[in-house]
Amino acid sequence: MMAYIIRRVWQMIPTLLGVILLVFVIFNMVGGDPAYVLAGKISNQEQIDNIRKQLGVDQPYTTQLGIFVKQVVTGDFGASWSTNERISSILETRLGPSLMVLVPLLIIETLLAIAFALAVAYVRGSLTDRAVMIVCTAGMSVSILVYIIVFQYWLAYKLGWFPVQGWGNSFRENLFTYAALPILIGLVVSIAPNLRLYRTFILDEINQDYVRTARAKGLSDNKIMWTHVLRNASIPIITHVMAGLPGLLIGAFLIERFFSIPGIGREVILAVERSDFPVVKAITIYVAVATMIVNLLADLMYKAVDPRVQLK
Amino acid sequence: MSAMTMAPRRDHEVSPGLWALAWRRLRADGVGMFSLAIVIAFFVMVVASGLGLIAGDWSKEIGINYAPPTWFKDDVATAPPPGTPEVKPQDDPGVAAASAGAEAKADESSVVDPLADVLKEVRSEAAKAGPAQVTARLDTLPFGADKWGRDVLKKVIKGSETSILVGLASAFVAVLIGTLLGALAGFYGKWIDDFLNWFYNIFTSIPYLLLILAIAAVLNKKGMMTIILILGLTGWTGTFRLIRGEYLKHKEREYVRAADAIGASNSRRMFVHIFPNVSHVVLVQLSILVVAFIKSEVILSFLGFGVPVDVVSWGSMLNEAQSEMILGKWWQLAAAGTAMAILVTAFSLFTDALRDALDPKLK
Repeated sequence: MMAYIIRRVWQMIPTLLGVILLVFVIFNMVGGDPAYVLAGKISNQEQIDNIRKQLGVDQPYTTQLGIFVKQVVTGDFGASWSTNERISSILETRLGPSLMVLVPLLIIETLLAIAFALAVAYVRGSLTDRAVMIVCTAGMSVSILVYIIVFQYWLAYKLGWFPVQGWGNSFRENLFTYAALPILIGLVVSIAPNLRLYRTFILDEINQDYVRTARAKGLSDNKIMWTHVLRNASIPIITHVMAGLPGLLIGAFLIERFFSIPGIGREVILAVERSDFPVVKAITIYVAVATMIVNLLADLMYKAVDPRVQLK
Repeated sequence: MSAMTMAPRRDHEVSPGLWALAWRRLRADGVGMFSLAIVIAFFVMVVASGLGLIAGDWSKEIGINYAPPTWFKDDVATAPPPGTPEVKPQDDPGVAAASAGAEAKADESSVVDPLADVLKEVRSEAAKAGPAQVTARLDTLPFGADKWGRDVLKKVIKGSETSILVGLASAFVAVLIGTLLGALAGFYGKWIDDFLNWFYNIFTSIPYLLLILAIAAVLNKKGMMTIILILGLTGWTGTFRLIRGEYLKHKEREYVRAADAIGASNSRRMFVHIFPNVSHVVLVQLSILVVAFIKSEVILSFLGFGVPVDVVSWGSMLNEAQSEMILGKWWQLAAAGTAMAILVTAFSLFTDALRDALDPKLK
């Protein structure tokens, strides 16, 4: 087990180097000299020269790459070009609000999608099944933007059930007041595609011989669905949930932007709008690392769920 | 499946090929054909609008500001008189606060009014043409009018043109890259495969939207070509994975080895012998990506990183609709949202039907 983990971590290094190279090519080679970007926001020439020197703009690309690799290894990406705030502190403060929306969303959404998918798969082929699938397909085709705009308008602004936007200071207030509507919208948007997907995973299992055996020996349908079928269908479900995890952090940026939630996603949008390259660079690297770690965790979870899986 | 068993097989008859069989199966699929008809209708609309046959005059201000849809007119008795520059109901403090909030948000994220330049241009032209135009403005339009009194229906048609063209073009780019790299990796194997897999791992370890935003931040210039390239250069990974797998499978098949034995070159085997046998995968990937890229374009344009300010797309319409909602002017949102929903639903259903028709083993 330990040997496997070490080997996997070792294998991450070339990929991480590749990500560093890609980010470097995008920002230092395609993006070019940051002086013209900085000129618009910093009037002090000395400060611009300082940033150019830090990045090594006048040095050959190999030296610049060395500087960037050092930044990644030490985790010190310097300061934001726009606000001059340390990037490490930006990320620290923005991670909390993002997680406050995403963790409840992910838990509720996964549980609901699995429960609905089991129910719909149980009555497969029936009118209910087809009706639910049609509703899901139609629901998926509407842009997330439309959901956000309409929900924010009706539920928050017209009916006043939720605050239109904002973020408070206390944990309780944030979770139950400000995060509630964003979570609701996230649920509405993500349940439909996941329900459809999980239904196909479950349908793959439901016709297997072991289900017939379980039924033949007199197990209740509930037990068959929740214990036997679900456990076997859980591998693709875990893959799907884990694969979507890092993307979720970024993917929620529309919700964070609309509701003015000071999270990572909104920070990315702001940084892109302000051409604040160091922030975008840092977030890209961190998210890539998170993706790799999550993939490893997913593989370890397979082993826990299915003892037949061999880690190699 | 039924189409296959129905077709009588006789020795002197040429048996139908993959595409003929697929077409036969697709034709038997009612939902698939209906979706195909809708998708074709959209494409015809795009071509017509591209040639200027319809919606060529979408930027003309033919209605009053925020003219309501015709069938909705009775409910909106208090439509503003023509020429009113802005509708700002100040009597309701809630509305004022909300719109102030929206403005503050717009300032903060520096959302530029995407049509300000066009508006200026149109206004100056209108001023030259004389005041006769202003008097001819209509009270209502079939689907309502936007802030400047332009027909929402025509705007949606023009927006569809942009969004669908971007979706199609970038899907072509992505599928081309994915197929080419996938073919190389799967066919040659060894270090080429290792290298391309490394490349694939890099692109998949950065979330797709983050990568797009990073490139958008650097390029910092808007244009149809830019957004097509961004989407195309980042979206090839799924196709690569599938095509690589197909080539791995096919290169050991007998027909490829036979081709090798009679002296077919590597590239001939790759693209003349194997490619036709995996082209159905490519086609399905293409249609999946068109839908995905249309959605991405809408989000990018909404955020202001997509199409340039003088081009209207579904995304830029939704951007305008965001502030219009607070004033209760919902028709632009409804029109753009509905057009997009119909196309996306039809295209997804058609993709499913296409996949079933091309690969009857899949269920």
